[in-house]
Amino acid sequence: MIEMVPREGDRAAAAPPPLVSLRGITKRFGTLTANDHVDLDIHPGEIHALLGENGAGKSTLVKILYGLLEPSDGAILWQGEPVALQGPQQARALGIGMVFQHFSLFENLTVAENVAVAMPGDLPIAAITERIAAVGEEYGLVLDPGRFVWTLSAGERQRIEIVRCLLQNPRLLVLDEPTSVLTPQEAERLFVTLEKLAADGCAILYISHRLEEVRRLCRTATILRAGKVVATIDPRSVRAREIAALMVGVEIGEVKAVPGHAMGPERLVVKGLSLPPEEPHGQSLREVALGVRGGEVLGIAGVAGNGQGELFAALSGERLAAAADAVRIDGTAVGLLDVTSRRRLGAAFVPEERLGHGAVPDHRLGENALLSRHGTGGLVARGFILADAARKLAFRIVDTFDVRKEGPDPRARTLSGGNLQKFVVGREILREPAVLVVNQPTWGVDAGAATVIRQALVDLAARGSAVIVISQDLDELFEVADRIAVIHAGQVSEPRPTRELTREAVGLLMTGALDESALKAAEEAGVVHAS
Amino acid sequence: MSMFEAVLLTIVTASTPLLLAALGELVAERAGVLNLGVEGMMAMGAACGFAGAVVFDSTALGVLSGMIAAVLLASLFAFAVLGLATNQVASGLALTILGLGLAGLIGAPFIGARREPIAHLHIPGLTDLPVVGRLFFGQDAFVYVSLLLALAVAWFLFHTRAGLTLRSVGENHTSAHSLGLPVVRVRLLAIVFGGACAGLSGAYLSLVYTRFWSPGMTAGRGWIALALVVFAAWRPGRAFAGAYLFGAATVLQLHAQAASIGLPSQTLSALPYLATVVALVLLSLGKRRAVGAPGSLGTPFVPDR
Repeated sequence: MIEMVPREGDRAAAAPPPLVSLRGITKRFGTLTANDHVDLDIHPGEIHALLGENGAGKSTLVKILYGLLEPSDGAILWQGEPVALQGPQQARALGIGMVFQHFSLFENLTVAENVAVAMPGDLPIAAITERIAAVGEEYGLVLDPGRFVWTLSAGERQRIEIVRCLLQNPRLLVLDEPTSVLTPQEAERLFVTLEKLAADGCAILYISHRLEEVRRLCRTATILRAGKVVATIDPRSVRAREIAALMVGVEIGEVKAVPGHAMGPERLVVKGLSLPPEEPHGQSLREVALGVRGGEVLGIAGVAGNGQGELFAALSGERLAAAADAVRIDGTAVGLLDVTSRRRLGAAFVPEERLGHGAVPDHRLGENALLSRHGTGGLVARGFILADAARKLAFRIVDTFDVRKEGPDPRARTLSGGNLQKFVVGREILREPAVLVVNQPTWGVDAGAATVIRQALVDLAARGSAVIVISQDLDELFEVADRIAVIHAGQVSEPRPTRELTREAVGLLMTGALDESALKAAEEAGVVHAS
Repeated sequence: MSMFEAVLLTIVTASTPLLLAALGELVAERAGVLNLGVEGMMAMGAACGFAGAVVFDSTALGVLSGMIAAVLLASLFAFAVLGLATNQVASGLALTILGLGLAGLIGAPFIGARREPIAHLHIPGLTDLPVVGRLFFGQDAFVYVSLLLALAVAWFLFHTRAGLTLRSVGENHTSAHSLGLPVVRVRLLAIVFGGACAGLSGAYLSLVYTRFWSPGMTAGRGWIALALVVFAAWRPGRAFAGAYLFGAATVLQLHAQAASIGLPSQTLSALPYLATVVALVLLSLGKRRAVGAPGSLGTPFVPDR
């Protein structure tokens, strides 16, 4: 860990006027008020956190600050002067740089071209390449200018975004959830860069819902809830649980382990599972081997794009394995069976995408209940849909998992992310499946719903099911999983019991930098904490 | 003039309109706009080009009229897909139908009229060389323009800042917008360029290829140009190769028919089109999905505000 060092900006932080002030910013989309009279001051040299749950209005606010959205009401003051931002071009001219959560990069262009396209004037690529190298050296952002973006990892892509901003000599750098796609080690490198930038006098607005990193990096945090500023605090002097409560508005429950349930025999066995990539830029699976016992939650950690989607597709039957016995459910070889056949054998699957994969956005909940349950009894008779039964099932899911909705049987797209996810997960869990495979169960879900979903997964395992949770969220895996394996470049590491692992160790495996033996050596050398 | 030389010369004539139209569509698609109206814009270029040439008694003014007519049609398309964010496929198909109909209407009074052949380059000495002389140094202005245009488009796309901007807009319009690039303006210019090229191509058909106007004379060349863009994987060099390959197929099947090789003439006439379908199937089988299609191709751009 890098120690916090006093920075240049701190001395002066109190004295100078704010670089940018938001006054009474309000943004309405139809009946929804995404930002409600938000006030925010950011000073030069300050790393200011903007905290809040998904849907609290953080992204809307920074899009307004970057000129992408027009506020319905309120004013932006730049060094005390009101400015009306007509578009990102104007924001960038003022010196505002933005690193998006979903990168604004061009996959089929090279790194240098991606940078060049954002630069004013007509600099030749060779000059751009030189400047990329210079900035990279100064801030430790290593990039190969000639590489195509689609060949790069998320961490490298983010570096392009940051370098692109830095070449404009920004006065204010906005980062939207920058660590959501990074390994812990990559995040650490990012923090070092940001601290150096702040020390050079750049103001940074750091958006996150991860408390630990905000406490590590920032001295001021503005907390948004349901579009309103609920508090501005020093995150180091307030307890994490209190900050979380401010963000959510209620105390968050914890996932409770179910003590003393027995482990059964292996219900899902994967052996020698390999898949070629489906797309030119895709990931292949290489010799994946796993066994999950009844009563157990197996977590699969990994940085996005390392084969999680492919693994899910192979387990669910959306893509077939080369041999039948590559995947076994309760002893039956299912590698060549389709999704419905696997469901009939007691398996259940929750894909990563809620809208469009897990549920049809324009279908009602009753119809969506039918989607994954049509083959497993009760909802279809002689080729006809039993609409009543489907609706009743939907209502049962809604009641059991506390799904908040408007109207008796609304369309899936009208539900919030968290509520739809509760519905999609609940739809599978109510079946009491023998095996449940779930990909990114709480991605983009608010903390309250996430707790409900995680608890349901743990409880399902306690009742004897085998559960696989594929997730990028290490905190989540440490909360629910009995054992954790890491997927990297299409290979899955040997699962190890969660209690023997640290986040740092898993993070190192996620980078693919280390294999098991190297990990042990690293533990002995004290690079990572031995458990 | 030998038979061989004559065949080579007709191949150039058959390929030039395809190359011109394909280059225009390539630029539009590189900016993310799928304009299926090429056939309609070509028909307008042919009809108005011929009408203009007859009325003003000037090939140059005729070509200009044809290009302006096609650009106007393209602007209508731009208004629909950029201004109103309509579906590009439907708008493009409608544009083709509109263009063919309008061209028929405008061209009707000129049916039966004929134009004299236009001037060809003649460099004493060079043009008189055997076999290659007329092929390289005895073409009309359109041929040289189309070749220069292919070079210019390639240079523009891959060696200029404006070309990089255009490719970025086509690759990911959301990112381009968030970087402050003028997405709509770039696309408007690309569509207009596509229209001008289709108009030029159409004018070539009626002023050089046939030297008369008749309804339906574009005969699906606009569609072939569209297919060529995919065939070329959105690269000007390959568009050139594809256009000449297809031009050669068209001419050779005519000669095959003349030599009566025992296949029905309909089968032979279908060969170039069949070849296009087969080439497209083989291309997409090889690499599945991304053969380099611009990421935002065909998607309407609507910024939130």
